[in-house]
Amino acid sequence: MTVRLLAAAFDPWREIVRYQSAQPDLAGKFGATTVFVGTLRDFNQGNAVQAMTLEHYASMTEKHLERVAREAAVRWPIDDLLVIHRYGELRPNDPIVCVAVWAAHREAAFAACRYVIDELKTRAPFWKQELTEKGRRWAAPEPRAK
Amino acid sequence: MSITVRFFASVRERLGKAQEIIDSAGISNVADVWKQSARTALPDNLLAAVNMEYARPDQPVRDGDEVAFFPPVTGGAP
Repeated sequence: MTVRLLAAAFDPWREIVRYQSAQPDLAGKFGATTVFVGTLRDFNQGNAVQAMTLEHYASMTEKHLERVAREAAVRWPIDDLLVIHRYGELRPNDPIVCVAVWAAHREAAFAACRYVIDELKTRAPFWKQELTEKGRRWAAPEPRAK
Repeated sequence: MSITVRFFASVRERLGKAQEIIDSAGISNVADVWKQSARTALPDNLLAAVNMEYARPDQPVRDGDEVAFFPPVTGGAP
C-alpha cells in the first residue's frame, strides 16, 4: 500500500503500470483492478479556470491519506492500493489524484476505491486556489455528498 | 517552552504569516493559541489541528505541540 504526494505533473496510467509491475507478490492474486483519476477542469462554479494552486499541509495530509488507505484495507479484502495526489501549480487537463485498488474480486475493488476518493476529499487538508479571468480566488467548500 | 503555530490558505493570507513560535505560558487550549496569534476570538468557520489531528477549540495544548488553523478543506464536488 503506497501513498505519494507529488509536486510535479504525473501520468497516472504509467504510474499504475509501473507500480503493479514492481509488486511481484500481486501477480496471479488479483482478479480486479479499479482506478479513479481526478483531472483539473477548465471550469468551476461558473468561471473559466486557467490554473489552480493546490495548497496542502504536508505532514497532516500524508498522515490522513495513509489512514484512509488503511481503513479501506481493513474494511474490504483487497490486495494492494496506490494513492497519488498532486499539490502545487496545476493546469487544466493535469491529473490531480489517482486511486488504484487491486483485489481478488470487483466488489471489494470498486468499494475500496470509492471509499478512498470520497474520504480523502473531505478529510485530507488540501485547499484549491483557482486562477480565473477575475483573478485568484479560494474555491468554496462543497457540501458533503452523504 | 513553546508551541509551533501554522496557518494555511486564506487564513495564512489574512494573517500575513505561515508559521510562528509562541510562548506556551498562559496557553491551555486551541482557542487560546488562536487568540495569542491573531488577537481576535477564534471564528466558528475555521478548522484547527493539534499535532496533525483535527481538534476542537477547547482541546488542551501542551508545550511542544504543533497547532494549525485553516479554512474548510476544498477537495471538490462529489
